[in-house]
Amino acid sequence: MTRETLFNLAVLAGLVALPIYAHLADEPFTITLATRAVILSLAAVGLNIALGIGGLVSLGHAVFFGIGGYAMGILAFHAQNYMPLMEAPFLIEGTKSMPVIWLVAVIASALAALVIGLLSLRTSGVYFIMITLAFGQMFYYFAISWSAYGGEDGMSIYVRNGFPGLNTLIPIQFYGLCLAALVLALGFNGALARSRFGLALNAARQVPDRVRAVGLDPFRLRLVAFTISGAITGLAGALFADLNRFVSPTMFSWQLSGEFIVFIIIGGTARLFGPVVGACLFVVLEHYIGGWSDYWHIWFGLLLLVIVLFGRGGVIGLIAGKARAHG
Amino acid sequence: MSALLQVEGLKATYGASQALFGVDLQVASGEVVALMGRNGMGKTTTVKCICRLLRAEGDISFDGKDLRRLPAHRAARLGIGLVPEGRRCFADLTVQENLTAAARPGPWDMGKVGMLFPRLGERRTQVARSLSGGEQQMLAIGRALMTNPRLLILDEATEGLAPLIRQEIWEAISQLKRETGMAILIIDKSLKELTQVSDRAVILNRGRTAWTGALDGLDPELAHRYLGV
Repeated sequence: MTRETLFNLAVLAGLVALPIYAHLADEPFTITLATRAVILSLAAVGLNIALGIGGLVSLGHAVFFGIGGYAMGILAFHAQNYMPLMEAPFLIEGTKSMPVIWLVAVIASALAALVIGLLSLRTSGVYFIMITLAFGQMFYYFAISWSAYGGEDGMSIYVRNGFPGLNTLIPIQFYGLCLAALVLALGFNGALARSRFGLALNAARQVPDRVRAVGLDPFRLRLVAFTISGAITGLAGALFADLNRFVSPTMFSWQLSGEFIVFIIIGGTARLFGPVVGACLFVVLEHYIGGWSDYWHIWFGLLLLVIVLFGRGGVIGLIAGKARAHG
Repeated sequence: MSALLQVEGLKATYGASQALFGVDLQVASGEVVALMGRNGMGKTTTVKCICRLLRAEGDISFDGKDLRRLPAHRAARLGIGLVPEGRRCFADLTVQENLTAAARPGPWDMGKVGMLFPRLGERRTQVARSLSGGEQQMLAIGRALMTNPRLLILDEATEGLAPLIRQEIWEAISQLKRETGMAILIIDKSLKELTQVSDRAVILNRGRTAWTGALDGLDPELAHRYLGV
């Protein structure tokens, strides 16, 4: 077993043990904090498929996070007000059921990723970054002006949505759901990276012309990766909205897209657990340094600087040694 | 016999400078054709046009299909396997991953590539960037074979390699010719080996087809003029 695998297992064990401890010690806030970390990890794991394997630096992944959030918000809003979403040509009611909400969130964000990918993947490098950013801003301002669903103020959902067989109002149970989603996404990501598709996507990042010469279309590889990536981040958005029982346009903000990228860089680009480590570190620092100074972002920025300058493999690179080069 | 690859009146330009002025070239099924000429005469450019990695004017057809309408990856899928100049393996992937990424269904698989190049079989889990130049070249050939091509194009496959490794690669090429009947288009500078392995040669001069025929019938004076030997 490599050092990286051991480290990943340790992280996973921590994510299982810590909230159980907090539950037994009756510290629900710690569980909420861990839930936040796990959901943000999930969002960044989604981005890591596009960025880590495919080399696609998307500065618009908050779009999918926001779509997931609004999928939850809109469905739950209609359910709690007993107003159907749509009456003609057929009746669509709101719902408080998580599985249905997740399905809608995943499909909606995958569709959005497909369309955005079709347009933006024709470019590369800095133009790709700018186009994804522009899409992010479009969605952000659309959400602000969408007064039917709270506009700038966002909207609150009174009671957390339900999951069959669980009481999601109990923090540890909701945490378990989120952790399960994260573990599934990580397993999927790992399998994808080793599959023929993942290898070809990786190769397309390195030498696109050679990939064409063996009969594969880099554009199509990237489009599929971007769509999967968006769908996973969309699921994270639905969970995030449920955690806060609140949805607002900030879920679409470009700062959030940037934070997803930062998680990956801090944890380790193209490392399976990179986004998890980055997101957890972010949440911990945000909470502890944030409680000590309002300007905690300065300290976080310093950490980012140190990692980018001196530890190009991110935290995992520092602990588990250099991975295969990524460049 | 109708040609598998048919190129007629091929013209190509890089920006403002024209590189090809009319290349004619045919490769029949099972035939090994040498594409020769001094440096800068348009050999690699011709190959890039065939593989649709460069825009070109003129007729290029493969197995009766017009290649000019197809994007590069579709041309490759018809059965053109390119071993590019300068190897260019997927540096961050292992030998096995390089081969897997390229695999398409057909008789060529990881085991057969390992038999053709035992060195690769021994280094399956090694990352491509850590291989020697010769091993990278073998990997590039193996990767092209994994796509199960009907036409294999080798662009300077033995350039810059140690004599012993070159010999291994030439042996692999003759083995391919003997055992598979795969059509092969080879760009290379070693007249001796090409004379042995090829059925026919096409010599380019200043972006045009200057001579074509079996290499043992090449007049020494022409060889000197076109190949500098």
